[in-house]
Amino acid sequence: MALTREPIEPGSLRARQMLARDMLRGDLEGFELEQHVEQSLLLTTLDKAVAWGRSNSIYPATFGLACCAIEMMSVVAARVDIARFGWEAFRASPRQADLLILSGRVSIKMAPVVRRIYDQMLEPKWAIAMGACSSSMGVFNNYAIVPADKFMPIDVHVPGCPPRPEALMHGILKLRKMIQDDPDMGWRERYDAEGTEEVLEGAEPAGA
Amino acid sequence: MPDQVGLELIAGQLASKIPGAVRQTTFFRGRGSVEIEPATVRGVLASLRADHGYRALMSVHGVDYYPQEPRLGVHYELLDMERVDRLTVKLRVALAEPRVESVTPDWPTADHQEREIYDMFGVQFDGHPDLRRILMPEDYEGHPQRRDFPIGGEPVLFTHNDATGPGWTR
Amino acid sequence: MSTRSRYRAQEESITLSPLEEQIAAQRGGETTELLTLNIGPHHPATHGVLRLLVTLEGEIVRELKPIVGYVHTGIEKTAEQKAYWKVIPVIERMDYLSYYFNAMAFCGAVETLLECEVPKRAQYLRVIHLELNRIMSHLVWLGTSALDLGAISMFWYCFRERETILDLFEFSSGQRMHTRYFQVGGVMEDIPAGFEAKLREFIAIMPGRADQYADLLRRNEILLQRLRGVCPLDEETLLGLGVTGPLLRAAGNPWDLRKAAPYTSYEDFEFKIPVGTVGDNYDRFAVRLAEIYESVKIIEQALDGLPEGPHITEDRKIALPPRHELATSMEALIHHFKLVTEGFRVPPGEIYYPIESPRGELGCFIRSDGSSKPARVHMRDPSFVNLQATAPMVRGAYIADLIATLAMLDPILGGIDR
Repeated sequence: MALTREPIEPGSLRARQMLARDMLRGDLEGFELEQHVEQSLLLTTLDKAVAWGRSNSIYPATFGLACCAIEMMSVVAARVDIARFGWEAFRASPRQADLLILSGRVSIKMAPVVRRIYDQMLEPKWAIAMGACSSSMGVFNNYAIVPADKFMPIDVHVPGCPPRPEALMHGILKLRKMIQDDPDMGWRERYDAEGTEEVLEGAEPAGA
Repeated sequence: MPDQVGLELIAGQLASKIPGAVRQTTFFRGRGSVEIEPATVRGVLASLRADHGYRALMSVHGVDYYPQEPRLGVHYELLDMERVDRLTVKLRVALAEPRVESVTPDWPTADHQEREIYDMFGVQFDGHPDLRRILMPEDYEGHPQRRDFPIGGEPVLFTHNDATGPGWTR
Repeated sequence: MSTRSRYRAQEESITLSPLEEQIAAQRGGETTELLTLNIGPHHPATHGVLRLLVTLEGEIVRELKPIVGYVHTGIEKTAEQKAYWKVIPVIERMDYLSYYFNAMAFCGAVETLLECEVPKRAQYLRVIHLELNRIMSHLVWLGTSALDLGAISMFWYCFRERETILDLFEFSSGQRMHTRYFQVGGVMEDIPAGFEAKLREFIAIMPGRADQYADLLRRNEILLQRLRGVCPLDEETLLGLGVTGPLLRAAGNPWDLRKAAPYTSYEDFEFKIPVGTVGDNYDRFAVRLAEIYESVKIIEQALDGLPEGPHITEDRKIALPPRHELATSMEALIHHFKLVTEGFRVPPGEIYYPIESPRGELGCFIRSDGSSKPARVHMRDPSFVNLQATAPMVRGAYIADLIATLAMLDPILGGIDR
């Protein structure tokens, strides 16, 4: 068996593992140590606070399409109260909204409209595909419907036809947890927006 | 619903007023229907309204009789509110010449419904004030509810065809 | 893109000058500029994805063109691909607030084609669920319409009652919406123990709650100013446009299919038809509010007179046999197998079966070619036809009145677009 040596790319998982091992052994010092700490800690306390604030005051956009919209209205209603989490301020204008809850079937006539609304939303933005019709084709597998994944990035899919308000709430809580942990969630990658960062003089662009 | 005898009387009066209008009558499950020549539809509906009291047009819908010819059918559901009577007027046109005179000038309710039949089946309604697609996008090609139009849809994604699926997920 | 589609060229050729000239002629030569505005399809006040092209002169609506199709799902074509039994969940999702009515129209049409007798108990259970659905649909309408007009608290009150009704639906069928409870030949399952007690509790409190809503809204100054005398339309025009349901009843015509051509044992019950006088928005609102009381009465009578008997037809060629029979009877097994794999065959023919849904006449047209799948299913949806009445109603009214009229029209886009 021949022994081969391959160079480890910096930034790869193997390199980070070895750096972590070195730090645990106490072998990292000075600049390397600072760099490693910066790279491995995802969020500073301030970031965490901002993420917490963001996750608890999302402005969903009013986007009821079909039957799931009625169950989305039930989530706003008193029994399963979305206002407990601070999400009750449904905004009509997409410019003011963070979250697009795609509730209902997206027909081919509506898909460009949905995409335009999603594009009009400001970053950071998230999308929940509520119900079977928007996540996949749902009950109807025919010429008239488009699954939402085909034209926009979706963060949480909530199954059901229509999902119970409790199920939608479960999906909402999952999204809230995702936002708290990592608000970016690699949205540049999801949104194919590499190269759109604004880099200030002297600073380095954010790691991939 | 007019009973069998009433239906025949109506058909007889229609035939005498508009010669060649009535092709056949059907009495099925307690409801009467009259099949007419497509060219006479406005006159027949006007006569049914004036002489027999069917003053409400409840529904205009299309049917595709594929593979029988003539293939495209249009049904008019008439209602007499006073005597609670319903009558169906049917007509059939071939795919090669799918033109029917629009009854929208006499019955305003047929406006959107005829547009839907045009959209879904391709029946041209002459004299319709604004015949364009209503349910499908304006530049869609094809008439979806014809029987030979494919149902479409996406393949269901399982593990084995997940990666080769139509680019849904990464 | 340099090549313009024919549609774009057509769109650009639309000119408003005929309308402007018409208005100028009416005013004795004084010209005015018209503005065409696009409302929707994503808009907080349109009930669903409705797009309106409104031509305004200042704030007065001069012309209105509704554009629909943004939630077109191809339900009718999907129904042609499925056995009759399997069409029921698909067809329920059409008019998504009155799902029992969609299923009733379809099952009624198939039963007429099959000449199948529905047992009396099943008919009464159907009436109970239909009227509960009617109350629920009116509650959602009331909540969202009041929301449009600015009475935001009504939304939460109405949805509180709606949750109770959905609990009842979940009790009887296991699912809150789109319950697939109505089957061809009867209902899916008999009501469980405790359903009747829970339902009686509900009908005991519902009239009181409806009184509360009426007290909040009926004499409210803002509501009166926004609805009274706004956008009336006379009965003749409505009949010409094919409008039925509460809109027609608000104009004074007491046409209700439950009384005129009773189906599912509606003739056994005593109830009144609320009718308006002027046909303005306030009458439409009052008629729907009064219908809630009448529906409660019907449910109470149905519950009191609920007969014993099977909950679905005994004809094993149409309805699944009960599970316990499968262990003992070979025929039951064969029937079960045939029904589940292929489904029952319906004799060839065409039928149109109309019922009274909360929005008007909901008709189901089925053409059967003798096989186990329908050859054509068409639902005559009341909202689709009622939408044509929007333009005559709002011509000459303010744009705020347009919003109120849309709310009072109660359009459900799922039914319009199917």
